[in-house]
Amino acid sequence: MARIVGIDLGTTNSLVAYMDKGTPRIIASRHERAMVPSVVALTDNGLIVGDPAKEHLTRHPERTVYSVKRFMGKSLADVQGELAYFPYALTEKGGVIRIQLGEKSYSPPQISAMILKELKLRAEAFLGESITKAVITVPAYFNDSQRQATKDAGMIAGLEVLRIINEPTAASLAYGLQEKTQGTIAVYDLGGGTFDISILKLKNGIFEVLATNGDTHLGGDDFDQLVADLLLKEIKAQQGLDLSAHPDHMQAVRLQAERAKIRLSEELKTTVCLDLPNGQGQFTRELTRDQLEALCGPLVERSLGPCRLALKDSGLNPTEIDEVVLVGGSTRMPLVRQRVQALFGKQPHCDLNPDEVVALGAAVQADILSGGTTDMLLLDVTPLSLGIETMGGVMSSLIRRNTTIPASAKEMFTTYVDGQTGVDIHILQGERELAKDNRSLARFRLKIPPLPAGVPRIEVTFLIDANGILNVMAKDMRTGETQSIEVKPSYGLSDQEVERMIEDSFKFAADDVSARKVIEARLDAGALITTTEKSLADGGHLVAAGEVATIRAALSALASAKEGSDPRAIRARMADLEQAAKGLTVAMLDDSLKQGLQGKKISDVT
Amino acid sequence: MSGHTHNTDDRRQLQMARSMCWHCQSEMAGEYFCDRCVKVQPVSKDVDYFTCFGLPRRLAIDTRVLEAKFYELSRAFHPDFYQNKSDAEQSISLGNSAMLNTAYRTLRDPIQRAEYLLDLEAGSVKDIRTSPPADLFEEILELQETLDEFRESDRASEQASTLRAKLHADRTNLEERQREMETRLHQLFSRWDALQDRGEATEEARTERSSILKDMRNILSNRTYVKNIVNDLVETIA
Ligand SMILES: Nc1ncnc2c1ncn2[C@@H]1O[C@H](COP(=O)(O)OP(=O)(O)O)[C@@H](O)[C@H]1O
Ligand SMILES: [Mg+2]
Repeated sequence: MARIVGIDLGTTNSLVAYMDKGTPRIIASRHERAMVPSVVALTDNGLIVGDPAKEHLTRHPERTVYSVKRFMGKSLADVQGELAYFPYALTEKGGVIRIQLGEKSYSPPQISAMILKELKLRAEAFLGESITKAVITVPAYFNDSQRQATKDAGMIAGLEVLRIINEPTAASLAYGLQEKTQGTIAVYDLGGGTFDISILKLKNGIFEVLATNGDTHLGGDDFDQLVADLLLKEIKAQQGLDLSAHPDHMQAVRLQAERAKIRLSEELKTTVCLDLPNGQGQFTRELTRDQLEALCGPLVERSLGPCRLALKDSGLNPTEIDEVVLVGGSTRMPLVRQRVQALFGKQPHCDLNPDEVVALGAAVQADILSGGTTDMLLLDVTPLSLGIETMGGVMSSLIRRNTTIPASAKEMFTTYVDGQTGVDIHILQGERELAKDNRSLARFRLKIPPLPAGVPRIEVTFLIDANGILNVMAKDMRTGETQSIEVKPSYGLSDQEVERMIEDSFKFAADDVSARKVIEARLDAGALITTTEKSLADGGHLVAAGEVATIRAALSALASAKEGSDPRAIRARMADLEQAAKGLTVAMLDDSLKQGLQGKKISDVT
Repeated sequence: MSGHTHNTDDRRQLQMARSMCWHCQSEMAGEYFCDRCVKVQPVSKDVDYFTCFGLPRRLAIDTRVLEAKFYELSRAFHPDFYQNKSDAEQSISLGNSAMLNTAYRTLRDPIQRAEYLLDLEAGSVKDIRTSPPADLFEEILELQETLDEFRESDRASEQASTLRAKLHADRTNLEERQREMETRLHQLFSRWDALQDRGEATEEARTERSSILKDMRNILSNRTYVKNIVNDLVETIA
């Protein structure tokens, strides 16, 4: 089976990992950081992703997209409150947000797909093979629309998404693999944009999630925003300057706020320095850890509510949790560690790199799916109750939250009026009583043959698969015929739209072509390195020592060019190497000819 | 949205028990996998949850045995292990896993287990109470009034705090009632299991059987009713 990689598609940073003989490893090359910032920028030379895109945050804020994960599976109305914070333009089409970048607008799955493609490319260059299958992680508390949007992103990036798994559970796989623990663990995952808590039972290789909870809108970004707001207010008060008119400076303030926050995880105080627009000098301020904690305290506190709910749903007391595992960059904050420790009454575990553990776990799950790892099995749950709208606008629950997936529920439908030919079904997700307070997932019309009222019997099966994604099937119980259902997602792309975006992604990704070139060059370079090394081993003795040294130098020059992403440089070093190894090739050819002749002679004799 | 009815009994409207492998058509002796072609088989919808876990139809269950069997069957059915298999096998794996998860959730909880057994034994659709049980009638009506008054009151007022205190007392009282009902239920559970263990086919045994089932059903529906009231109360005063 083709290799499956594991991808952590984060709000802030994304990573790709693979399984190397039973050990999950992060894919990183010598010249690039393993973490790809989840940032996409439109430059004059096309779209760029990751670290280089991050540099455009302050230069071209209106053309640089960050934290796109916050918009996955959302409508504009969902994010109304924070629109002012984003320097890029957001619009909406068919219930799906669109992000304006230059002339074109992109859906969040399309932007995410660009990040996924960068990871795919890196994996391909590193592993020297084409990658088409992946396991992608999502926050455990993601709803159906958000999961589906993530799957769409994978498809647009040319990846078959074999499984969507939850980030905290992925972390538990990596953790469990390493620690061989048994017992109950709580995984507290606080990243850039989202918060998850999952409580699991680990026993004989089974990872059973007992309960999960979270907040898909709580993370380090929010801490940064609080600090930034404080700075902006002070700049306004002290210098009479309103920076909101300067998107580039707004971004600079946000970045400085984040840096100061990160420094305060190590230090007790730090200085924030900001250049003011139009050469109006600098703004400097000292920020202490106490001040930061006073600002962020309420948000950290907010994460404890979901923790208590998850404990309650799992039927456990904090004291019954054997281990607490911290995941996500924001758990490096001392305040977060203290609060988590106080809640569970034990020192949290943070031996694993909180940035990498999710991707590593995704690679473990990928290996389970490809049949490599057979002793581990993850039994996850659905984070939110699933139901349908009934008369009076009330939600009737069909599958309760924290039900182990796959999970299914059946519901029988009939008619109230003679000859009625359809029933409208509205699918919801959430914990509230009234339909309107829950998330609308989809609507569809169940077709019914015209018959007297009450006679038709249509059984609808709602099935949540192992990805936490809903599938709906209908069966006419009188005829036994199954009915295919066209479900229109309330906040998602239709199949046709995804289809079109996949096509578009081939069409307008001009820099895809150059990306392809990099990959091909890297692959060719890899092959040349391997054959040259083999020649050196087999025929090195046939040439002068000086020549061997020249070949070795050319080899290492090519190896480092291969780590970069300039196809021309790689091709040039390849040519150099071929040139340097010419003598060796000729010598080996001669040698083999000689051997061949000798061989003939011997055979002639006998 | 119009007309839908709750379907509380999956088992009944399902196909006949299978006896042939869907893949190689050979006669099947094995439980979940064909003896000949080793393909996974859809768990027949006629198999009840107890049978599925290889457990006798009793209300006292060793939950460790249940869990071990659940893990074992999860390893046999989970979609993770069918990624490279045919579409037919993947869909069987999905259906079986979903069924297994429901079965486990049902049997793990003593109350749901009893409701399920009642359903199997007496074919009952779950009794949903819409009015208070007779012995709690007065009490609950009064409580509803207090709750309404409390909801309309100004939370900071003197009146509200008096009402709150009263509601707290009511809550303690109702929770006590709920515990009593649970104790009685457990007594019935033991009587049921003992009766099953004796396996007598006498008239007396039949009478006892139906009287246990009847009592169980009553207490179960009263308990659910009281539990919902308590939940409502807790939410209101929270
Ligand atoms: N040392 C640190 N102290 C505090 N916050 C940190 C630290 N390191 C990283 N972070 C924060 O962690 C967040 C990113 O975490 P990460 O787990 O990579 O996020 P995501 O999974 O959302 O992509 C950012 O908000 C970043 O500011
Ligand atoms: Mg993360």
